[in-house]
Amino acid sequence: MSAPDYDPKRVDALSPESLEHARAEALEALRDASSLDELAAAKTAHLGGSAPISLANREIGVLPPAARGDAGKRVNEVRGVIEAAFLSARAALEDERDARVLVEERVDVSLLPGTVLPGGRHPLMALQDRIADVFVAMGWEVAEGPEVEHEWFNFDALNMPADHPAREMQDTLWVAPEGSGVVLRTQTSPVQIRSLLARGLPCYVVAPGRVYRNDALDATHSPVFGQVEGLCVDEGITMAHLRGTLAHFAEATIGQGLKTRLRPSYFPFTEPSAELDLQCFNCRGEASRQPCRVCSDEGWIELGGCGMVNPAVLVACGVDPERYSGFAFGMGLDRTLMFRHGITDIRDLYEGDQRFTLALGTEG
Amino acid sequence: MRVPLSWLRVFVPDLVATGEELAVALIAAGLEVEQVEQHGDLANVVVGRVRDVEELTEFKKPIRFCHVDTGAGVREVVCGATNFAAGDLVPFALPGAVLPGGFEIATRQTYGRTSDGMICSAAELGLADSSAGILVLETGQLGQDVVELLGLRDEVLDIAITPDRGYALSIRGVAREAATAFDMAFQDPGVRDTPPADGGYEVRLADAGCDRFVARIVRGVDPAVPSPAWLQRRLVLAGMRPISLAVDITNHVMLEVGQPLHGYDLAKLQGPVVVRRARAGESLTTLDGQQRLLDPADLLITDDSGPIGLAGVMGGASTEISDTTTDILVEAAHFASSTVTLTARRHRLPSEASKRFERGVDSALPAVAAELAVQLLVELGGGTAGPVSDVDQRVSLPPVQMAVGLPGRVAGLDYSRDTVVRRLEQVGCSVSGAEVLDVTAPSWRPDLRGPADLVEEVIRLEGYDAVPIALPTAPAGRGLTAGQRLRRTVARSVAMAGLVEVVMPPFVADSLLDTLGLAGDEPPRLLNPLSEEEALLRPALLPGLLTAVLRNVGRGLTDVALFETGSVFRGTGTPVAEVPSTNRRPTEEQLAALDAALPAQPRHLAVALAGHRAGRPVTVGDAVEVLLAAARAVDVTLTVGRGQDPAHHPAHHPAHHSAHHPGRCAVLLLDGEPVGTAGEVHPRVVSRLGLPPRPVVGELDLDQLVRAAEQAGPAPAPVISTYPPSSVDVALVVAADVLSSDVAQRLRQGAGELLEELRLFDVFTGPQIGAGKVSLAYALRFRAADRTLTDVEVLAARDAAIAAAGELGAVLRGS
Repeated sequence: MSAPDYDPKRVDALSPESLEHARAEALEALRDASSLDELAAAKTAHLGGSAPISLANREIGVLPPAARGDAGKRVNEVRGVIEAAFLSARAALEDERDARVLVEERVDVSLLPGTVLPGGRHPLMALQDRIADVFVAMGWEVAEGPEVEHEWFNFDALNMPADHPAREMQDTLWVAPEGSGVVLRTQTSPVQIRSLLARGLPCYVVAPGRVYRNDALDATHSPVFGQVEGLCVDEGITMAHLRGTLAHFAEATIGQGLKTRLRPSYFPFTEPSAELDLQCFNCRGEASRQPCRVCSDEGWIELGGCGMVNPAVLVACGVDPERYSGFAFGMGLDRTLMFRHGITDIRDLYEGDQRFTLALGTEG
Repeated sequence: MRVPLSWLRVFVPDLVATGEELAVALIAAGLEVEQVEQHGDLANVVVGRVRDVEELTEFKKPIRFCHVDTGAGVREVVCGATNFAAGDLVPFALPGAVLPGGFEIATRQTYGRTSDGMICSAAELGLADSSAGILVLETGQLGQDVVELLGLRDEVLDIAITPDRGYALSIRGVAREAATAFDMAFQDPGVRDTPPADGGYEVRLADAGCDRFVARIVRGVDPAVPSPAWLQRRLVLAGMRPISLAVDITNHVMLEVGQPLHGYDLAKLQGPVVVRRARAGESLTTLDGQQRLLDPADLLITDDSGPIGLAGVMGGASTEISDTTTDILVEAAHFASSTVTLTARRHRLPSEASKRFERGVDSALPAVAAELAVQLLVELGGGTAGPVSDVDQRVSLPPVQMAVGLPGRVAGLDYSRDTVVRRLEQVGCSVSGAEVLDVTAPSWRPDLRGPADLVEEVIRLEGYDAVPIALPTAPAGRGLTAGQRLRRTVARSVAMAGLVEVVMPPFVADSLLDTLGLAGDEPPRLLNPLSEEEALLRPALLPGLLTAVLRNVGRGLTDVALFETGSVFRGTGTPVAEVPSTNRRPTEEQLAALDAALPAQPRHLAVALAGHRAGRPVTVGDAVEVLLAAARAVDVTLTVGRGQDPAHHPAHHPAHHSAHHPGRCAVLLLDGEPVGTAGEVHPRVVSRLGLPPRPVVGELDLDQLVRAAEQAGPAPAPVISTYPPSSVDVALVVAADVLSSDVAQRLRQGAGELLEELRLFDVFTGPQIGAGKVSLAYALRFRAADRTLTDVEVLAARDAAIAAAGELGAVLRGS
């Protein structure tokens, strides 16, 4: 069998003229494509499997080996030109599309498709959480107790026997029947008793919660309000620890570098007892120079009561007052909230108006 | 306690501080000064002499036209008072004077004459609450400043006295603190010689509630003599109204030294005075005119006629001093604080006397106070002192022992022995001993009963500011409990779902609970509610939330979405037979009994929505969805049951179904047990309460939810298959009263473990489906963990799913 009588010049598809023709045709088609779809069609026609350049490529194998290199080079050259032209035409058409079509597709991105946005947490609850976190960070734990409480916890064990005049300091709401001994707790202090009885020593607990007094609701009083109780009983606890803890508490929950001061006072369950005052956030203690409505020109705002746990309280809980000592404090939270958020009417906290909580968000 | 500075200076003569300066010092010592009042802050009021008086008769009331010589000229003045005559000295306010209350004096025309100033009454000068006429002066020089002449300028400290500081309910007690604060000499008005008992009026003490009773007779007091101006002035500044000489004197002595006194009309007493408890059925008409049925625990002053006074609280009407009384028996006694506290509380009768006895009165005072009163009655009323009785049954208490280092150990700083002793002595204690001090508290400090009380005296007088600042080192804590953490997560998830948290007072009205069908939940009742209307404690959060919805809608809001978490209250506990003592830890049985006395107080979560949500009217599904999502937030899956299913009707349910639309309420189940409900509010409730149309509510037992979440261990991780999924859609036709969630659950069961996801994508009703039927279209996605599923496997799983749904009557649509 002999080699076919084959004249390279007769392979028309590989002739310089044919390649030049294919190149010119292709470039013209690509140039003339006025849309991405037309361009895709031109690409199929001039770079696809049955495009002249592809047919030419297939013919290379027919050539004698010595001629193949040269032919391949020429075909690839043309193919490269066409491909480059395609890419540049596509880029131009895409730019044009992006500039025109996608802009025409614009929508109102502020229009929400009926989704529901977050509501809000009541600022009292948010503040309780925040305070709990401050104390948890110091190694304290969060204690709880019932809101309807037995007077033994709310009064007796707190060194307030039935004939104690201090019981009159708090307008107590009593639960029927007469003589049940059951009250709506007037303070979070009964949680001190429950903690000492249930947890053992040492005892470092904080107890935020709701308390109740027989006070009519007005701009500055509410029959229900938030309080936070703190109790620390350990060996060697001093009043210096009380001052330090309260200063830290005030800084962490109110901040603003305001000073605190302790002022001698009286509570049956602490001895010595003190009121905790915070420098007025409004006048920063400068009330003597300019009148201040917030603190009534006193320069200080009363935050709550505190003191060293009365040994009688420790005894009622079975704690040896010779060995252990401790401090306790109870702060009203509503006042803190009022100046934290600039609330002027305490009723806003307890009327359930949606606008109020919503405005204060979820973090309070 | 209102303390005029002028009165205080009588006993601290060196005191030069202003009221404000004194207030700062007293506050630091533990006396809560609430206010410092300025009195007599007026100028341009001078002594004038009335030259002549012309009566103007053409007016309805008597009007006088006078000329008054002010020393610097004669002025014309019109005056409405008639109790003066030409030649009298009077206080005259010149034009430009500003009298108390901001009353400015100017020249003006009135009653047809010129009035060039004003002749003043005692009230107009701030000397009295009211006066009948103008103040005619006994002495004075023309043109002299009346403020100087009458000593009008004064400051009054208003002090809130805590229950432990009875001694400070007197000028004497406050003066002692002032002297200590400024380190000045104190002249104690509570110490003076008194005459010995010499067979005065017969007094018998028949009860331990009274351990000291001094009775003094004064005869021949002129009942017509009024109290002198200085005495009235002191009483007015101290906040008491002058009444008569005898009464004013007893009040003056009480204010000055702190001993409540009582004066009897000697002529009205019958037989010996006996102090005893009340007998059953006895009653007494007190000075305020009220007849009071007495309790056998009430301590009484009695005579042969029966009760004549509530000891330490209020005297009786039958022996009251009248405007004809000339012979007086002065009582100065010492009553136990607890009996006075309870009697005053029982009869709702707080008085100046009871306020002092409750806090503790100096038991050494009766003889001194009686002597002070008798002297004044003699000096000012022209009386003669009679014989003295003094029944003294006081028991002296042993001294308190306190280690000298204790105050320092409590405060966290060192006080020297000298400091400790000096401070205790300033309080009035007598102190002896070296390392352990024997401290005898003074008779006016019955509150100093133990070492802790003494410690406070030392620390407060040395200053709380001197206490250092330190942080205690708590042992490593465990952080929030799981329950605390999970409750936060639940609340946050509900807030994130677009609801707004509220805190509602827990007081509800009977009528509201009746309307909501919650009256059967045994809500506890308050004995002394804020309003008789709302006397119950909430047995569910629903009533409060609906109240809040009403308020929001009433204020013009249309879309409302609220939630609350909090305790609800149910049932009454078992009363405690005997309340434990407080001198030792209660036993576990006693503690259990105390807890058993309380109602159940589970925490609930409740939601209420009205108006629109996500751009469409709210439906019961919104309430269900929020509660299911809240449970999912703590990895608990609740299932939904139809609310009226009798199987889910336990009486203890968080919110009863009568508040709900019977066809549109759901029960939320945890492992098949109901833990909550959700529903559209019953149309009857809507119209009765005036709610907007079709609000929805839901409530669940948060404690149960959190317990379930706590018990769940760590969730096992799934195997994530990367083999290709096979998806199949199934449309099923079921009776319309079948819950889609039940159908889905059957499909899941039937499809088995190859089912990766099930999704309801279409709900359709119409004539093609048939009346009372609904078409539910689900997309099922199958996938195996270890292979590509074959068509045969997928179809087999699909058919099994359909068969399982068939148990609920579901058939493939079109078949």
